[in-house]
Amino acid sequence: MSARIGVVTFPGSQDDQDALRAVALVGAEPVALWHREADLRQVDAVILPGGFSYGDYLRAGAIARFSPVMEAVIAGAREGLPVLGICNGFQVLCESHLLPGALIRNGGMLFINRDERLRVESTATAWTADYSVGQEILIPIKNGEGRFTADEHTLDELEAEGRVIARYLDNPNGSARDIAGIANAAGNVVGLMPHPEHAVEELTGPYPGPATDGLPFFTSILKQLVAA
Amino acid sequence: MARVVVDVMLKPEILDPQGQAVQRALPRLGFDGIVDVRQGKRFEIELDGPADDAALARAREIAEKLLANTVIEQFEVRFDGAVDSAAAATSTERTAG
Repeated sequence: MSARIGVVTFPGSQDDQDALRAVALVGAEPVALWHREADLRQVDAVILPGGFSYGDYLRAGAIARFSPVMEAVIAGAREGLPVLGICNGFQVLCESHLLPGALIRNGGMLFINRDERLRVESTATAWTADYSVGQEILIPIKNGEGRFTADEHTLDELEAEGRVIARYLDNPNGSARDIAGIANAAGNVVGLMPHPEHAVEELTGPYPGPATDGLPFFTSILKQLVAA
Repeated sequence: MARVVVDVMLKPEILDPQGQAVQRALPRLGFDGIVDVRQGKRFEIELDGPADDAALARAREIAEKLLANTVIEQFEVRFDGAVDSAAAATSTERTAG
């Protein structure tokens, strides 16, 4: 049986369908999860998609963090359930304290929507094993609050433990140390501001390309789950 | 009934681009000598029961759990002066975080 990968829909999620589609494209079984249900439907991994959960009221991710589904996701993540938070999902993971730091207003105050060049820094996670360290990839970003921040001690710790998974080559928003994505210590939880689910098909991926640099996030997790 | 005010501000070391944008706009409006502007949030919470230490403690718990993200923000809780100014004078607290 194929691996079941759940995608949570919060009120205000926008990229849940794209994430489900990316899951299906690599041959895993996409499973829609609903914010109000604590039942994770026996999924093997969870994706928290981009968007504006609960309208970003209070702070991005702050209300979503207390939804019933997140109680289950948080408990699962602490026991090793692979979780990928994309954009708003990354914000939810920080608000949940599954990942350190926070995402704050972009330096230039602008909502930025463009294809962004990244360098993969760690392949020692459930979601990045199919890349190679130092690989440069093209992934779209689209956010107004994507500036990663944490205190110096936390940043040093993330770097020392190899938990920075990707950096911007042209830092778009003032993120500390060019950080685009990080992992927890165990490597099962990853947060990423850029959107790999928007870079999985020639037709809709970055133009003129490369268009499908986001695919390895999804093949990485599938391979790990199938091997397990 | 107790009315508690919670002020949430970005920590001093966290850059506040919104405050900076406001600051940059002020000279254009003729307001000179503005050294710094920081933008925050104010919550007004009404709780059952008296305006006592327990009410402040509840408000502090609410602020800690939901209203502020203590990774980047700090908060102050106090009684609304209009309701109980004596309590506010003695009970204003700043979080260490």
